[in-house]
Amino acid sequence: MAEGVKPRVKAPKKASAGEAVTIKTLISHQMESGQRKNKDGSIIPRSIINRFTCEFNGKSVIEVVMEAAISTNPYFEFEAVIPEAGDMVFTWYDDDGSVYTETKSVAIS
Amino acid sequence: MKFKARTAFAALLLSVPAVAFADADDDKLVINGDLEIVTKAPAPAHLSDSLDEIMSGWHFRSDETQALEMDDFDNPGMIFVDQAIEAWNTVEGAAGKSCASCHEGPENMAGVRAVYPKWNETAGEVRTLEMQVNDCRTSRMEADAWKYTGGDMASMVALVTLQSRGMPVNVAIDGPAQATWEQGKELYYTRTGQLDLSCASCHEQNYGNMIRADHLSQGQINGFPAYRLKNSKLNSVHARFKGCVRDTRAETFKPGGPEFTALELYVASRGNGLSVEGPSVRN
Repeated sequence: MAEGVKPRVKAPKKASAGEAVTIKTLISHQMESGQRKNKDGSIIPRSIINRFTCEFNGKSVIEVVMEAAISTNPYFEFEAVIPEAGDMVFTWYDDDGSVYTETKSVAIS
Repeated sequence: MKFKARTAFAALLLSVPAVAFADADDDKLVINGDLEIVTKAPAPAHLSDSLDEIMSGWHFRSDETQALEMDDFDNPGMIFVDQAIEAWNTVEGAAGKSCASCHEGPENMAGVRAVYPKWNETAGEVRTLEMQVNDCRTSRMEADAWKYTGGDMASMVALVTLQSRGMPVNVAIDGPAQATWEQGKELYYTRTGQLDLSCASCHEQNYGNMIRADHLSQGQINGFPAYRLKNSKLNSVHARFKGCVRDTRAETFKPGGPEFTALELYVASRGNGLSVEGPSVRN
């Protein structure tokens, strides 16, 4: 497992029904591209977050496929319409098979 | 004839915004919507001959860069603070201690950054925060010292600095620290390198002007360690000094050495009255 990986999400705790809210996500990750070489001249194996998804009450909000050119600590900011109270589940998929998840509940005010 | 006059006028118009653009702006820095940062203050007494007002480097950056510092989620420096929290609680060295073994939580470091560099009575010298961290590591933890300008060190200094964020910088320049402060002042006004520039040439006489494509700030260090977009990491004060001296095409002093320590004390004292702002975001 890659070291120092920590998912972070900033989302409002409350929204009015049908409101579009801004969601910020960031995962600290070294995003090793697989194209760099170490001191011996051998290739450092690729180790990146290759997929990011956000689901709201089981429905897909956003899905992102990442490639090797994405820089370290990928940050995504997007807007989502909140139709009802529920849970937002954010998932990051690592090349090494690790899956990082973060959940945020949004209430209707 | 008329046409010529008009083009001359247009050229004049074009040149005006470029000048205004390099000047410090009047924006207000409020972090996370509640922490107000003092980014402009009357110059401390010892500077009264040369400056009226001291300003954080934040004012010299673009709105987009400024915005990154106004929310901790957007501030990329905070990732390194998170890493330092882990290091804070990690036991290292022969004594079987971590930072937390003696200091408990990092919040106990509140107020520390604001008064550093500071005279250390036992050692009989002025010490920077980095020197103090390494002293803890080698003598209390019996672990290896960190590289002065390395990533581990910059992150730890950022964590300690964060605890004092919003407090006024207030380094002591009298008493036993005075001799070191005088040495730092001497260095600040000494021209070096093939370009024959002193710190004052740019940061006192020309702040607000452009140096090639960049804006010259007053060179305040209240925002350090600073996350720089150009190298996507936290930068320590001495690493920045080294960069500046190198840019004058001189041989630089050693980061962590007595010259840069004296200079850090002097430059910090030029910001007495500004809030501790680090970890800041600059370009």
